[in-house]
Amino acid sequence: MGDSLKIVVLVKHVPDAQFDRHIGAERTLDRSESILSELDEYPLEAALQLSEARGGEKAGNEVIALTMGGPDAANALKKALQIGAGSGVHLTDEALAGSDAAATSLALAAAIRHLGDVDLVIAGMASTDGETSLVPAQLAERLGLPQLTFASSLEVDGRTARIQRDGDGHSETVEAALPAVVSVTDQINEPRYPNFKGILAAKKKKIRTLSLAEIGVDAGQVGAAGSLTWVASAEPRPARTAGTVITDEGDAGVKLVDFLAAQKLI
Amino acid sequence: MTAETVLVVLDAPAETFRKGQLELLAAGRILGSVSAAVTGPVSEAARAQLAEHGAAAVYTPDGADLGEYLVGPTAAWLADVVATAGGVRAVVLENSPAGKEAAARLAVRLGAGVITDVVAIEADGTAHKSVLAGSYEVRARATTGVAVLTVKPNSVEATPANAPGAAEATPVRVPEGAFATAARVTGRTEKPVSGRPELTEARVVVAGGRGTDGDFGPIEELADALGGAVGASRAAADAGWVSHDLQIGQTGKTVSPQLYISAGISGAIQQKAGMQTAKVIVAVNSDPESPVFEIADFGIVGDLFDVLPQATAEIKRRRA
Ligand SMILES: Cc1cc2nc3c(=O)[nH]c(=O)nc-3n(C[C@H](O)[C@H](O)[C@H](O)COP(=O)(O)OP(=O)(O)OC[C@H]3O[C@@H](n4cnc5c(N)ncnc54)[C@H](O)[C@@H]3O)c2cc1C
Ligand SMILES: Nc1ncnc2c1ncn2[C@@H]1O[C@H](COP(=O)(O)O)[C@@H](O)[C@H]1O
Repeated sequence: MGDSLKIVVLVKHVPDAQFDRHIGAERTLDRSESILSELDEYPLEAALQLSEARGGEKAGNEVIALTMGGPDAANALKKALQIGAGSGVHLTDEALAGSDAAATSLALAAAIRHLGDVDLVIAGMASTDGETSLVPAQLAERLGLPQLTFASSLEVDGRTARIQRDGDGHSETVEAALPAVVSVTDQINEPRYPNFKGILAAKKKKIRTLSLAEIGVDAGQVGAAGSLTWVASAEPRPARTAGTVITDEGDAGVKLVDFLAAQKLI
Repeated sequence: MTAETVLVVLDAPAETFRKGQLELLAAGRILGSVSAAVTGPVSEAARAQLAEHGAAAVYTPDGADLGEYLVGPTAAWLADVVATAGGVRAVVLENSPAGKEAAARLAVRLGAGVITDVVAIEADGTAHKSVLAGSYEVRARATTGVAVLTVKPNSVEATPANAPGAAEATPVRVPEGAFATAARVTGRTEKPVSGRPELTEARVVVAGGRGTDGDFGPIEELADALGGAVGASRAAADAGWVSHDLQIGQTGKTVSPQLYISAGISGAIQQKAGMQTAKVIVAVNSDPESPVFEIADFGIVGDLFDVLPQATAEIKRRRA
């Protein structure tokens, strides 16, 4: 199909940061109150815009949401389908629990290969639980694809993808030929909310489940066994407590300087 | 080479290395004897710095300009440097987006574990970091022969080595094929420089939010009086009042200065994620219910346009 695109969007099911998040005794994260990572709404929006600009599904464009996670992670896919993804793929297997970035990227790379020829893989800039930003770069390395990461804009022109990447003191334009791995920041767009029509439409959309066996990955390559990092301890940081609060009575600026002097900060 | 080499990866400096880069060499020395892999040409002055900070060898890319591409070729070259150096126990990189991504790809090539956002290193390779927006302290280790670590600014003091290194210049060819699937930098615009300290390296940060209503004057003047950097909330950066480079928080920079002064910022969870590991937090906000007061060591309920200029004048008066 001419310039139609097959896009895989990586979405992660993560503990909701609006609540207190906990690391349990086994040094694993409590995932009970989880949602579609808010930073993964941006790559989904970017994919939908690329698809719509090319005539959407009718014109042969595909937006596939892919998640790796436990049974509940299907909820992240449902939300992605309501927002507008065409279909969902859920990579799930007990052996995946506890995967670090190396194991996650290995499994996601295998799942993406399993999906056949893909033009773009679009991820978020970071997961809100892992917060490493390692997965997109490791995926690019494993898939042998160029990476266009931390994009604050993305355009696809024929078979060339072009992003804007803002660094300290400079901004770069970076280009690569498709297929490519892209990650996008929260500067790139305003993600849409699911509307009533989208919620109804999502009920008819398919979620495909993939196991490790189906993508040809051994249990020993993922999860705690396949991870290359080990967490020795995880302690809650003593919560910051409120200190002195004063109300300005015309001299608060001077009191602020007194405080800084007492703390030897000036 | 000794069996305990630590490779420290540094961006080529315009003239000499920044303090934040020298900190990486000090971090590396906790784990073994250091060598530097510099991604471009090294001036004589910069090489002298590397010697002073203990680098035994200085590896530079031969035959290609890595700066024209996004991290893939750098990772491929670094994998060859690790092989050339021999006996590498750890690779230490900057904790910037590009540093983390080079680390990510290099680790895949080496089959190594990566730990990002490191704030302290123990001699046995255990790294400390905070996770979940600064709410937990984690100690973690790579279980592989080589560990790849990205270390945050201000984690280690940039002291010179006890014994200087030879800083022997060692060019290493950029491997054939490294560019086959690389993303190419086709344009670059420089942004104006402020002359203030780099945000993530600054000892003092004064940050403004929507409450400034677009006037960052009082923020900048207090920052300058304190020799600090200027930061901002996303609301202020999105409004275009300051460059997005200054945004602090979940999707901006994470800072851990000695002193963080928050002015006209409500203290949303995504903002806290970037600043709650600061040593001392001061908040100025006109709303006493503002959540920022829950984490401030010293809070002032007041108008930032009154409080900040008065504080700036008072600092100048006491110094005079
Ligand atoms: C995915 C995602 C990522 C995000 N990432 C970030 C991030 O990295 N960093 C970030 O900061 N936010 C981030 N946010 C946004 C965050 O949720 C808040 O919306 C934002 O921090 C609010 O900015 P603010 O405090 O400046 O504005 P507001 O919440 O509007 O607060 C303004 C404050 O100024 C006070 N004020 C007004 N006038 C004065 C005055 N004259 N003197 C003193 N005080 C005054 C008010 O009382 C109020 O408390 C993110 C949000 C999302 C969804
Ligand atoms: N388990 C996962 N399932 C799907 N996508 C993921 C997963 N983990 C990470 N990603 C993607 O990779 C991005 C960066 O995550 P991280 O490297 O963990 O910070 C996220 O925004 C997601 O797009």
